[in-house]
Amino acid sequence: MNDPFALWVYLSSTPLLWLTVTLCVWVGADWLALKSGRNPLVNPVLLSILAVGAVLLATGTPYARYFEGAQFVHFLLGPAIVAIAVPLVTNRRIVMENLLPLLGALLAGSVTAIVSVVLLGRLFGLPPDVLLAMVPKSVTAGVAMGIAEQIGGSPSLTAVLVVLTGVIGAVLVTPIMNALKITDYAARGFSVGLASHGIGTARAFAVDPVAGTFAGIAMGLNAVLTSVLAPVLASWLV
Amino acid sequence: MIAILALLLVCQLAGEILARSLALPMPGPVVGLILLAMVLLAWVQRRPDLKGTLLDKVTTFLVGGLGLLFVPTGVGVVQQLGLLGDYGVGIVLTLIISAVLTMLATVGAFLLVKRWTGKRP
Repeated sequence: MNDPFALWVYLSSTPLLWLTVTLCVWVGADWLALKSGRNPLVNPVLLSILAVGAVLLATGTPYARYFEGAQFVHFLLGPAIVAIAVPLVTNRRIVMENLLPLLGALLAGSVTAIVSVVLLGRLFGLPPDVLLAMVPKSVTAGVAMGIAEQIGGSPSLTAVLVVLTGVIGAVLVTPIMNALKITDYAARGFSVGLASHGIGTARAFAVDPVAGTFAGIAMGLNAVLTSVLAPVLASWLV
Repeated sequence: MIAILALLLVCQLAGEILARSLALPMPGPVVGLILLAMVLLAWVQRRPDLKGTLLDKVTTFLVGGLGLLFVPTGVGVVQQLGLLGDYGVGIVLTLIISAVLTMLATVGAFLLVKRWTGKRP
């Protein structure tokens, strides 16, 4: 008779199992999101994190072991950012038409993201090390972790805060913009890409291709601007 | 398909090398994005339509699946449960209000500048 426990011990230590779990959970979560008519509340990233997180806790699997498998998905973040060049070039006309609004919005948004999170965090009594980890929360994961390291925050905490921020923006953007009756999809996309990086960009692409393109541009530009602003503003605010 | 993945990786690698060696404030993939955009801008001078090409399809697939790529990082929340137990409410409220303020500031500035510049083209 085969020992199922021995099989589990073997499988749970291979990248195969955790990569498969990640992809299958995503397929299920994305199917639910599609069934809901892309309802912003049914966010596939959030559902997947809750489901995979629950599996890890239930099986007592350490995150490091999970990540050995999941890193193959994680790795694609870089190429996916490079790939935004394609919608950028395809939509170059509308991008050039909106160049000045885009730059103004970038500056306003980037500064607001950093300053507001530190001031609010202090208001809610969060300790300085959490405040530092929060500073780059609107920037896409890999870049935000680099910024956190530079300003003395914990990169692993920053990574989680980044994903939380991404999910929050992706859930809230549609109801907020609809309530304000904003129909300019370039402006809507740019704002969610700036506030919520790749997760916001994924949401924007699900709503409208122009919104998605502007979200991607905002994500790229904000990564650059925050890298420059964060060290200065952090030493000043925290 | 593989050629396109290779193209993306070459751009990312070149971006990484440039960013590190010139100590740019930009992350490697963003420099890679700029490099690929320059290559494509030169390309569309000769063949104007990228839409419907394999490059368009592969990149649409990658960018459309961006959400999935954040799942491994997000699952890292299981390592932070202690901290979230202590400060969870404050952290979540801070992030929600900050995200709303950031989106409002961004969309407001976008529309304001568009109005100002729209009057004098």
